Amino acid sequence: MDETKVTEEKLEKAVFNKPFSYSRLFISTFIISAFTVGGGFVLIPLMKAKYVDEYGWMKENESLDLVSIAQSAPGAVAVNASIIMGYRLGGILGTFTALLATVLPPLITLTVVSYCYDAFATNPYVRMFLKGMQCGVTAILLDVVLGLLVKQMKKKLALPLLIMAGTFIASYFLKIDIMHIILVDAVIGFFLMRDSQYN
Amino acid sequence: MDILLQLFISFAMVGVFCVGGGYASMPLIQVEVIEKYGWMSMNEFVDIFTISQMTPGPIGINAATFVGSKVAGIPGSIAATAGFVFPSVVIVLLLAYLYYKYGNVGPIRGILNGLRPAVVALIARAGLDIMLLAFWNKEKLPVDVMQTDKIAVLIFILTYIMLKKKTGTIKLLFSSGIAGLVFYLATGTHP
Repeated sequence: MDETKVTEEKLEKAVFNKPFSYSRLFISTFIISAFTVGGGFVLIPLMKAKYVDEYGWMKENESLDLVSIAQSAPGAVAVNASIIMGYRLGGILGTFTALLATVLPPLITLTVVSYCYDAFATNPYVRMFLKGMQCGVTAILLDVVLGLLVKQMKKKLALPLLIMAGTFIASYFLKIDIMHIILVDAVIGFFLMRDSQYN
Repeated sequence: MDILLQLFISFAMVGVFCVGGGYASMPLIQVEVIEKYGWMSMNEFVDIFTISQMTPGPIGINAATFVGSKVAGIPGSIAATAGFVFPSVVIVLLLAYLYYKYGNVGPIRGILNGLRPAVVALIARAGLDIMLLAFWNKEKLPVDVMQTDKIAVLIFILTYIMLKKKTGTIKLLFSSGIAGLVFYLATGTHP
């Protein structure tokens, strides 16, 4: 593995860098997948917080590129993101490590929960724990979003900010299908954002 | 045809044509699993949907697990889940290969530069959704500020402070869960 290359890129975060290992990839992905309720775009920022910010395994821009690709391919975006990030970190073996770690928790949970759904859903302690975790996830997401937003603001480029605002409004308020929005963004990028200042 | 193979193929179809993720897979599951094979009823499908709201995992995986185990036990759930992710593995790996080979070619670079801010927006959207759910127990705007769950906001602030003190992600998730348990129990309120 290109372990040395990965660590060189992120030397400024040396305190938090952990060398890449398949077991670490599996365990962290498994736990994130097991405790993240709320779909792909909740899971992805947690993966980003773990692999990019905490472990320093890849660069931020690269991780966003990979998520874009994951979003454009068919299938569940969380699954796709784990396939492509696993591939980046550990080749084909990395893909299957991350994929298994993403798929196993829902597989196990659903098998168990389907037998005792009512007891699970109405248990007050489970609800309290889940609620607390929801707040924790909110904090992590806010941190990821703020970090990315500040970075974009500092570049002082109008086009990426317009795409960001436009995508948010179109999907949240106008409820336009995400695939259509992504297509429009891709076309804008294709024609207007080849310049290296946007990299 | 072998039932396991049939499950694999059916869910592979759902996987291939489920473009846009999440809810996009629902009509496909309905056609392929409910109407074509009658592997589950519409009611059961709605139940899976509810379960998916509060358990981890994409709805496609959850549906595959449920249907598979109902039709052919644990091997069935594995076959159906494997079928669902199979097209993703092939297509995403192909795209990953192309990205590392041609990712820096002008037009491709342009497309990716256009999509990057879009990803930020989608994460922000998910962040807003989960914040509404955590603080107000509502799925969309508007919310009543007077109805804010103060304990939830407190846990949020504590987590954010821990985050800024460089606590690891997984430790954060667990401690916020435990904080939920402790604070709600201590105040005698229910989330």
